[in-house]
Amino acid sequence: MRYALFLGCTVPVRALNYELSARKVAHKLGIELVDINDFSCCGFPVKSVDRDTFLLMAAKNLSLAEEKDLDLVSLCSACTSILTEANKELKEEESLRKKINNKLSVLGRKYEGKIKVKHFTRVLYEDVGLEKIRENLKVDLSKFSFAAHYGCHYLKPSGIYEDFDDVENPKTLDELIEVTGAKSVLYEDKKSCCGGGILGINEMTALKVAKNKLDHIKSTKADAICLICPFCSIMYEGSQKKIEKQFEVEYNLPVLYYPQILGLALGISPEELGFKLNRIKPREMLAKL
Amino acid sequence: MSENEEKIIKVNELEPNFKYEIQAEPGGENITRCFACGTCTAGCPIREVNDQFNPRKIIRMALLGMKERVLSSDFIWLCSSCYTCAERCPQEVKITDLMNVIKNIAVREGYIHPSFVAQMEALNSHGRLYEIGEFDNEKRTKLGLPQIEENAEDTKKLFKQKGVDKLLQVAKEGEE
Repeated sequence: MRYALFLGCTVPVRALNYELSARKVAHKLGIELVDINDFSCCGFPVKSVDRDTFLLMAAKNLSLAEEKDLDLVSLCSACTSILTEANKELKEEESLRKKINNKLSVLGRKYEGKIKVKHFTRVLYEDVGLEKIRENLKVDLSKFSFAAHYGCHYLKPSGIYEDFDDVENPKTLDELIEVTGAKSVLYEDKKSCCGGGILGINEMTALKVAKNKLDHIKSTKADAICLICPFCSIMYEGSQKKIEKQFEVEYNLPVLYYPQILGLALGISPEELGFKLNRIKPREMLAKL
Repeated sequence: MSENEEKIIKVNELEPNFKYEIQAEPGGENITRCFACGTCTAGCPIREVNDQFNPRKIIRMALLGMKERVLSSDFIWLCSSCYTCAERCPQEVKITDLMNVIKNIAVREGYIHPSFVAQMEALNSHGRLYEIGEFDNEKRTKLGLPQIEENAEDTKKLFKQKGVDKLLQVAKEGEE
């Protein structure tokens, strides 16, 4: 298993614990991640401004992985979705591919539509598989319960993701949590959005959307939220203090990335998994280990 | 405009071709399929906390030809692109893509939201939304993570292809 690792904009600056833990987990499970220095923004923010320019940016990134003969794996759900969408369209519509390649030639690049794009979580579920994960478990996490947050772009729009998981009744992240022995809790509005998409447009609205979910998760007594997207973390971890202040509530709810949870179960130390970088300290939780 | 006046739809000011303009763009094709059931609005996480945003209303306004009111509004920028509506729409209107079509047209008509100007400027300068400077790379090295080089030149060149660079210039001049 060898993939080009697409970090995107947010992970390498604001979610180093996610990157660290994903790399450690990948290494442990025999996934080789190849860094490509020329990757730039996936194109997601540009889609609202100009569709062709978003396709160009996505195509450039896809062409870099294609050149190395590698499928692309991403830690960010928005990057995954936008690159998967562009990839599908560029693969299926020859005239669009020609048009975009024509413009992409200013970089001396060309995308032929030969690679696949996957979310890191999907690689764990589909390519590594629950069975292999189970064989590698070292630490039993059955004392813990986590609230899975799927976010939006890991599975949506469903039309671009073949038949991977069920948008209205998703299970892959729950199963990945439960394979570690931990419990994945049920909670209200589990599938709903973090609000991150409009943080820069209308902060109060975005915070209210995030608050709804924090309220619902807090009532479950889960040890932490389990995330698979760095932007969701900006809402639930980065903005948690602000939400507490604004709405006079208290959560103190740790926010973990799935590879941090899996990493613990694989016997990797919290230190190596970047737990020190978590802003809401999961001290009580780690004390139970 | 008083609140009452704002609610009056002036037929002579409508642009009935607006829906065809939307239909001509990838993602906007199915707008005329909408039968206004409201499934989009009922499941919308933004609508739940902010009345200003109402996808059914935006589609209705677009179908009626209220082009100027839609394009110049703040509410078209409130879609969080969560795709909940698009997944549930019984008429496959592909509302999230439709919202992007409307935003793309708004941008071309000079109504880009300031938040997107800031994001496009960051991309134009760094090739990424967040700058990666020496400080960040030092931090990465300490953690055993590989350094990252910015590659802004590529993005600059791609922005020129469809005139996103000019758009930014216009937006800047507008501010001055």
